[in-house]
Amino acid sequence: MSDGAKAAVLHGALIAALFALHFVLPAYHHGNLARVMVLATYAMGYNLLFGYTGLLSLGHAMFFAAGMYGMALPVTHLGWAPGPALLSGLAAGALLSLVAGALALRTVGVAFLIVTLMFAQAVYLTVLYFAEWTNADDGLVLQRAERVLWGLDLSDAGVRYLAALVLFSVCLVLSLWLVRRPFGKVLIAIRENEARAEMLGYDVFAHKLGAVVASGTMSAAAGAAYGLLFGYAGASFAGVQYSILPLLWVLLGGAGTVIGPFLGALFTFYLIDITSGFTTAYMAVVGVVLIALTLFAPQGIGGEIRRRVWRGLP
Amino acid sequence: MSLLQTRGLTKAFGGLHAVQDVDFDLPEGEVRALIGPNGAGKTTFVGMLCGRVAPTAGAVRFAGADISRLPAHRRIREGMAYTFQITSVFARLSCRENVALAVRRRKGDAAREVPAALARVGLGDRADQLAGDLSYGHQRLLEIAMGLAQKPRLLILDEPTQGLADSEIEGFVALVREVRAEATVLLIEHNMSVVMDTADRITVLNFGEVLAEGTPEEIHADGRVQDAYLGTGDA
Repeated sequence: MSDGAKAAVLHGALIAALFALHFVLPAYHHGNLARVMVLATYAMGYNLLFGYTGLLSLGHAMFFAAGMYGMALPVTHLGWAPGPALLSGLAAGALLSLVAGALALRTVGVAFLIVTLMFAQAVYLTVLYFAEWTNADDGLVLQRAERVLWGLDLSDAGVRYLAALVLFSVCLVLSLWLVRRPFGKVLIAIRENEARAEMLGYDVFAHKLGAVVASGTMSAAAGAAYGLLFGYAGASFAGVQYSILPLLWVLLGGAGTVIGPFLGALFTFYLIDITSGFTTAYMAVVGVVLIALTLFAPQGIGGEIRRRVWRGLP
Repeated sequence: MSLLQTRGLTKAFGGLHAVQDVDFDLPEGEVRALIGPNGAGKTTFVGMLCGRVAPTAGAVRFAGADISRLPAHRRIREGMAYTFQITSVFARLSCRENVALAVRRRKGDAAREVPAALARVGLGDRADQLAGDLSYGHQRLLEIAMGLAQKPRLLILDEPTQGLADSEIEGFVALVREVRAEATVLLIEHNMSVVMDTADRITVLNFGEVLAEGTPEEIHADGRVQDAYLGTGDA
């Protein structure tokens, strides 16, 4: 079986399994998984930049928030329907990533990390500053009637799960397609050896900017969907913690693997969920597990699969 | 007609002139060696040719057009290829993908051309190995394969035989002789026997300036070159 066919089977099987789980999972885990799928979509967006292009951003919350508020603000204040609002969320993310990327990519390494962090803080403070529209920390609550997309009530748990699955599947397939295309392979080349990629005649800046926009727009899609599916847009989603989380998920799940972000988001979600059932000091347990994973599987779960099972894992 | 031409090309690092006022002409189809003692400015000079180093003053013309202001990747697209002094390959990618990246950039047919380019440097049976797992000498050859796969008009090789075994050097000399039919070659080289065996003409840099230029015989006989670089003439 060719690498392409193997990849199609593996990722197709994941989507099929998630669809099957819709019918068998108890309500609690069903709801959790819907949330994990949206967060994993965010992580996949992050992974395009961090895992495949090798650019470490600490400001992705701004893209998640751009999607979330780009969707929620027109719904709340202009009475837009969810369909156009989703598109405006995507557009907000694309625009912000284009501008922030064009500026931040003038720096490299640690400076890039700092600049993205600063941009994200600026976005966070902007959300707080315009409290009149954003309602700042309290956030915007979307009413049930505002969350009916093409006749589907997204506040219904079953519909919500399937909507999250559609979002996740589309972005998974998009990621897979992107990293196997020549464009994606150039991103990997830039990650591996930027000087060599440039001296093969590739426009490194343009490719990196393309990666930031793809990554930021996918993150915004996750943010917009999160707001719509769970009926809430709050400033905390623009905070620094939401910039660190996708990095964590991607590191644990396996940077530079298409399946890694999902594994990382799922693992972290349930790690916190289960340990917090035993102790209030659950973050200490989480920390120990993270240290263990970093020691024994530094490439993350997906990286270990690639090392031990299938080197061609995309 | 010159494929490559520089006029007054200068690079100063603070007060130090690494390259000073170099006028250089490289006719199409020639194999030119660039030699000179360590620190003579050879790598800085070719860095300015291919856009990795911004000149302090002067102009570079390539294939009739002024490329002085083009960024490196645009110059490569105009038909230059460059191999690094310190081997630079995609260590965690397969040899096949390393060369395929070079082929795809010019929209070539990777499936057909990659095996041919690898076979040409003697790495035909290593396509699936990770580039980082190759020996140092083989990594150099892989980088040359990436250079050839770009089908350049000008191939710039910065000390390509450094770290190669004697048998590999023989193969390299044969390869350069073969390549000259397709591309102009600019070769920075310390191994004088490689220079004598491959170059049509030699340019000698010393303290950032052109000290001499001529056929291998002329350079070999040049007393100033011997003083600066070759030693007592037994090279």
